[in-house]
Amino acid sequence: MSPCRSPGRTDAAADLRDPLPKPAESPAAPPRALVLGIGNLLWADEGFGVRCIEVMAARYRFADKLSLLDGGTQGIYLVDQVRSAEVLVVFDAVDYGLPPGTLKRVVGDAVPRFLGAKKMSLHQTGFQEVLALADLLGGAPRHLLLVGVQPVALDDFGGSLRPAVKAQIEPAIDIALDYLAGFNIHPLIADRALATGARSHSALDLASYEAGRPSAESACRVGDARLLSRRAPRRHLSTAPSPTDLHPSNPQPTREPRP
Amino acid sequence: MTAISTPNGFQLDDSGRRIVVDPITRIEGHMRCEVNLDENHVIRNAVSTGTMWRGLEAILEGRDPRDAWAFTQRICGVCTGTHALTSVRAVEDALDIPIPENANSIRNIMQLTLQAQDHLVHFYHLHALDWVDVVSALDADPKATSTLAQSISPWPKSSPGYFRDVQARVKRFVESGQLGPFMNGYWGSPAYKLPPEANLMAVAHYLDALDFQKEIVKIHTIYGGKNPHPNWLVGGMPCAINVDGVGAVGAVNMERLNLVSSIIDRTIEFIDQVYIPDLLAIASFYKDWTYGGGLSATSVLSYGDIPDHANDDSAANQLLPRGAIINGDLAKIHDVDLRDPEEIQEHVDHAWYRYDDESKGLHPWDGVTEPDYRLGPNAKGTPTRIEAVDENAKYSWIKAPRWRGHAMEVGPLARYVIGYAQGNPEFKEPVDKVLSDLGLPLQALFSTLGRTAARGLECSWAAHKLRYFQDKLTANIKAGDTTTANTDKWDPRRWPKRAKGVGTTEAPRGALGHWVVIEKGKIANYQAIVPTTWNGSPRDPAGNIGAFEASLLNTPMAKPDEPLEILRTLHSFDPCLACSTHVISPDGQELTRVKVR
Repeated sequence: MSPCRSPGRTDAAADLRDPLPKPAESPAAPPRALVLGIGNLLWADEGFGVRCIEVMAARYRFADKLSLLDGGTQGIYLVDQVRSAEVLVVFDAVDYGLPPGTLKRVVGDAVPRFLGAKKMSLHQTGFQEVLALADLLGGAPRHLLLVGVQPVALDDFGGSLRPAVKAQIEPAIDIALDYLAGFNIHPLIADRALATGARSHSALDLASYEAGRPSAESACRVGDARLLSRRAPRRHLSTAPSPTDLHPSNPQPTREPRP
Repeated sequence: MTAISTPNGFQLDDSGRRIVVDPITRIEGHMRCEVNLDENHVIRNAVSTGTMWRGLEAILEGRDPRDAWAFTQRICGVCTGTHALTSVRAVEDALDIPIPENANSIRNIMQLTLQAQDHLVHFYHLHALDWVDVVSALDADPKATSTLAQSISPWPKSSPGYFRDVQARVKRFVESGQLGPFMNGYWGSPAYKLPPEANLMAVAHYLDALDFQKEIVKIHTIYGGKNPHPNWLVGGMPCAINVDGVGAVGAVNMERLNLVSSIIDRTIEFIDQVYIPDLLAIASFYKDWTYGGGLSATSVLSYGDIPDHANDDSAANQLLPRGAIINGDLAKIHDVDLRDPEEIQEHVDHAWYRYDDESKGLHPWDGVTEPDYRLGPNAKGTPTRIEAVDENAKYSWIKAPRWRGHAMEVGPLARYVIGYAQGNPEFKEPVDKVLSDLGLPLQALFSTLGRTAARGLECSWAAHKLRYFQDKLTANIKAGDTTTANTDKWDPRRWPKRAKGVGTTEAPRGALGHWVVIEKGKIANYQAIVPTTWNGSPRDPAGNIGAFEASLLNTPMAKPDEPLEILRTLHSFDPCLACSTHVISPDGQELTRVKVR
């Protein structure tokens, strides 16, 4: 595992406020919203988005106009869910080219570019493509928030979130709730509840998943050296982000490095 | 090596320039493919490499077998339900747990729903653009497009105004610079043969199909409790049935049964009035593109699926046929026994795994998944940056499964070839009709287009079978049977100390098997052979090549830097992969890189 240079860090410079809307200007009726976690929970920090939804689903209940969705790696099949939302919040592990464990908030038109190279399904549909298809079909969300964490480790099959990434679940949820509050969307209950479509099978709950893991001796956990060397975060370990890197209108290219 | 003959009847020649197809993605089963071209740009050698360690087997060790489905459902973004179903079947087989008739019907409905949705999405969103030129569609005359559409189908959305609207929408989209799904096409390539009007019709239905597929999966939400990632249960299905609509919240009631029924009607209508006519219309312009047959005319395998009745594993009870055809002898359908250690075996002498004796294969129950990553002496590049693999040594993370020593193709075409060879009218008659409508001989079935056509026919078959099982389920419920699960052996104290089982499905892209060994209530070994393992397998100790490698041979490429032909054929298998293509010269220097969808 790579050392994390800045555990728990939030990328404040990138935390530009969405100009729309201010609470006082919000319409009385909140818009239809989708809070979506994407990624593969079998791949260490790739599970970040899904784990955020797991925590939210366990803790909050919302009115019917907000859906929590564990989107996994469904790719193109998420188009319809995305189209039905006016406000879309996405939790994900994102290669921003920032120090591992950094949480970064991106809003509006900049969001697709950060998700451009991320291929999430068998059909290898990037989430950018999902948003483009939603637009082409009519009904792309008008308001977008991406709450992404820079992963520490992905190449650990069967592994769980690294501590620096796990520590960002709570701040990530706070960012999402703050954003939703701007649309007059608030949790109805803030302790425990069920959210349809969001709960995984209990064996996949974070605690059971981690407790039931076979030992490294009995179960190989890593892929081959080429894949390890392809991971983008490792390129940036010794590079402090420059101010322009952090601005959502100048996103880091998120393509994976060429082999 | 320069030129050799393989035991399964193919001529390989690796003396020409090499093209490399390499992965760009990081989550699913990655795949790389290298081909050698002769001086006429005809593929004379093909090498298929799985480039990702897939450690599913390893993460399940020691876990509760009743939970295995939930993990297997997360392997892949598309086959979620089919992995879950295969897993619960394997565990039920090991522990000898019969399931209720209703559970069998509901599972079939779940699986057929996946077949219908996945085939539809594959055709329009993953494969059609290998044949359809989006940019050409912008030049189409909407009125002529309407005339064309109305001449091939009664589908009502076919007015000139409708096609004009679609054209304007796509034009605006393309001109805005956000090509999105259309970003990586080889638009304008001479390999595209459709007139602009046919292109526009297909693009319009690309959008309609994307809009419609969401309807189909509502069935998963109703019977699986949620979607994505529906719920499954060892012993049956976790959905309660309550026809009176009182009692358990979320139970399947008459209103929900009626909703499923109406979705099925609309699914049948869409597939038969949009997908099938489009398939025939597109195919009619590519009748002379006869490549890509590979193993389909000689060696095909299906485990069978969609059991008519619960708890009957006989071949006769499977509505999708079970059997193996070898040596091109369609007159002889061999029985397939997934328990027989001599039948299905996986080899690793060309794969990055270690066996004590790599001259022999291992049955999955005895399977070993121990990585051994090293390149052969003739590989180019380094272990972290391969330029070309050495196919005479280990070159893939995919093991090489064989049936009685034969490399086999799996998938819709394999199922249709077996059904056709059996003379089963559900498979033979639609195939004969397509061939006669297009004026083609039976031999044309064994091709890339035949594979694509078989998928379309199977999509229609699945939709009609949805109707059959929905009616069967409804009748059984009305007769008073509302049982959906058998929990007699839920408690591990009722299990034997050691048990082993096998579960199979016919996933949309082919035969899928899970083999499980359970000891003291926990998983001791778990092995999965997925469809792309069969089709994308590397070579074996005897030198047999797998289905991908065989299917690419002898295909001429119009332009080596626009590998549309490779994509057409690989996409026709609906593989779990995405590729990035590099075109390199014989000395290994990269000439061109083409990003491949």
